[in-house]
Amino acid sequence: MRKCSLSAQDTLFAKLAADATLYLPVDTADGATYQKWESGKVWSDALNTNKSPKEFFFPQMEDLMAFKTAGKTIELIDTRSETEDFIVFGVRACDAKSFEVLDRVFLTEPQDSYYANRRAHGTIVTVACTRPIETCFCQTFGIDAAEPQGDVSVWKTETDLYFNANTPRGEALLQKIEGLTEEADASAVEAQKEQIQKVLKKLPLKDLTTDGFGGDKTEALFDRPEWKTLSEACLGCGTCTFVCPTCQCYDIKDFSTGNGVVRFRCWDSCMYSDFTKMAHGNNRLTQVERFRQRFMHKLVYYPANNDGLYSCVGCGRCLAKCPISMNIVKVMKTLGGKETC
Amino acid sequence: MQKISRESLVEKAIAMLQAHEVSAVLGWKKGEFDYDITPALFTDAEDLQKNFVWNDFCGANFSKYLVEKTRNIEGKILTFLKPCDTYSFNQLLTEHRFDREKVYAIGIPCEGMVDIKKIKDACGEGIASIACEEDVLKVTTLYEDAPIAIETETVLAERCLACKSKKHVAYDELLGETGEVLESNRFDEVERLEAMTADERFAFWQNELSRCIRCNACRDVCPACTCEKCVFDNPNSGVENKAAANSFEEKLFHIIRAFHVAGRCTDCGECSRVCPQQIPLHLLNRKFIHDIDRFYGDYQAGAEVGSRAPLVDYTLDDLEASEIFEGRDN
Amino acid sequence: MQVKEYKPLIVAFCCNWCSYAGADLAGNNRLNYPADVKIIRVPCSCRVNPMFILRAFQRGADGVILCGCHPGDCHYTSGNYFTRRRMALLFSMLDFLGIERERTRVEWVSAAEGAKFAATMNDFVATVTALGENKRLEDLRCKK
Repeated sequence: MRKCSLSAQDTLFAKLAADATLYLPVDTADGATYQKWESGKVWSDALNTNKSPKEFFFPQMEDLMAFKTAGKTIELIDTRSETEDFIVFGVRACDAKSFEVLDRVFLTEPQDSYYANRRAHGTIVTVACTRPIETCFCQTFGIDAAEPQGDVSVWKTETDLYFNANTPRGEALLQKIEGLTEEADASAVEAQKEQIQKVLKKLPLKDLTTDGFGGDKTEALFDRPEWKTLSEACLGCGTCTFVCPTCQCYDIKDFSTGNGVVRFRCWDSCMYSDFTKMAHGNNRLTQVERFRQRFMHKLVYYPANNDGLYSCVGCGRCLAKCPISMNIVKVMKTLGGKETC
Repeated sequence: MQKISRESLVEKAIAMLQAHEVSAVLGWKKGEFDYDITPALFTDAEDLQKNFVWNDFCGANFSKYLVEKTRNIEGKILTFLKPCDTYSFNQLLTEHRFDREKVYAIGIPCEGMVDIKKIKDACGEGIASIACEEDVLKVTTLYEDAPIAIETETVLAERCLACKSKKHVAYDELLGETGEVLESNRFDEVERLEAMTADERFAFWQNELSRCIRCNACRDVCPACTCEKCVFDNPNSGVENKAAANSFEEKLFHIIRAFHVAGRCTDCGECSRVCPQQIPLHLLNRKFIHDIDRFYGDYQAGAEVGSRAPLVDYTLDDLEASEIFEGRDN
Repeated sequence: MQVKEYKPLIVAFCCNWCSYAGADLAGNNRLNYPADVKIIRVPCSCRVNPMFILRAFQRGADGVILCGCHPGDCHYTSGNYFTRRRMALLFSMLDFLGIERERTRVEWVSAAEGAKFAATMNDFVATVTALGENKRLEDLRCKK
């Protein structure tokens, strides 16, 4: 374990930003957002950024290719540009786990080369959460806010930053800042972890469990009458899906520019009326079905295909952002629990 | 703290349900915490008694729900309307969006709703509980031992600070008292922007709109946006899109969204309340309202049922488009 | 090195009954107006949805002008009265977003006003040329 004084963080960021673009959460009037670090930017202590860091690997909108036609020939233009190395600093434990969820979708064969390319160039530096809030429920999914994963884990104490590398890429990163850090014993970090565990035990959602959900629960849950009341107030907007770190559905469309065609992909939301619209029309005609799809995907379909891994990480963004305050916690409490299954 | 008590609303709702005067009650339902309240339909007394909430967090405007709920439910629906909700209610009736006979509307006074974001800014993250008391909110957090008392006035939502009316313009019955149309300062921010140079305005909106994630929450919550198929969701419209590719598409969506409700927007402020990126969308709507007032005379959408909206009306000597900037030097 | 002269692209929506005929008359009378003006014929100025104006900018227009019958002369009696309100509000909103107000214009041109049509276009093209390229409502994908 290495450490460096908190007062030297700007020097540290400058060093990191020297050979890779460094992104970290910065406070704005409208909440924390990831921004490119440059001298003067202050690393935010905010727990959740407005949008999740999945954007770094899976941007909301990206061009896939372009076409130009001349007579009967079609020219295909590769719009991919070599991505440069970048570092995402200050990722929370929940968001770090979301990359595993996304990886299983985009990196299994056939690999999504656009995603893989960004993933290969990005280094993730996570930070432990010393002040989790009421909307946090990462423990439900077995995530430890005191022990965040990623390439490098960081613990921020009153005076120091402690670093621990978890992967070869993380070790390479620590090598780069070796001159700015010193070897440290883990006692301060251990003390912080203990303190975090104490807070985690106090959280209002600490008892939320995944009992009643999982890959084999399609039949038990699909026709439950509660879906109707749960989705009753749903506006059908895409807020929950777009702030979610694990939602990974997208749409591919063509845009005619007048002198050619750009094929792009953008995030899609299962809450939308035109989601997965096909030639025959739409396969989910009511908001109840769309609403059910979102939660069944997170809690049943995804784990069924991914060794029981749930595609929710308990970051709590949807709890904070939903215009009508309907969210996965309310769904889990209504439909789950040992007694119901 | 609201002047009318939760108990009196619950009592009224249960009485009407049990007398079979209504078959469902549209109300606010308790959430996980003290502030995350969900609109819900109640059909039995026990549920109402247990889960119905009425406090400083009941900001959601129910009028739009009536469009769908009145079609799908047998019998009448009881709904509680705050003064600003009654304007949307009237506007929807003007546009024949639901059957008035299927609704029993009870007007309830509103002292203004609070903004949870402001509370979090004041007390810090990690809210454990919030108790609404007379003029103050007692907030306990996960990290402070003692509860923090904050004056309700200091955390009122922006839209409530510029409340345009405490008067109920539609109801079958009033619980408590109705108020007056207020002199509000709601156009101040629009005028502040108008006084800027074009470059400053451009920079301001570029910054605001670039945060848009196109979740469509502003559209979906809007009581004036009741099209069955929105032009932005319709693949045949030519402008359908699910994410803005660039700043043009950001502007296109927001200009058209505001334009489609121009003259029909009652200025309820739901668009800005629900925006997950805190974009002041109501300013676009207010700009249209302010312009309509200045160009064609004062008009308040929803003030009465059946009034002719300014954009489906004209006079022979209306202002020309070339004259709208006369007398302005920026 | 030769500097390429900047020529703006102007989209003119003209109503079928008055302004398009006015443009015709301008042509018949051999009146000059810049070829940078692309006319789109619409049945009535009222047919022009605000979206058309924005889309014209997206597709590379530097200025958009809407021409219709004089108020009172609309072939459909009242179409242009609605246009007048609609465009006043739209242009005011574009200005509110910081987009140059000189890029948009409404002009009433009758079928007998070939000279006015040519003069209007000359003036509008000159105004937009002075403003330069449309940057604030551009879509770069359409400019490649």
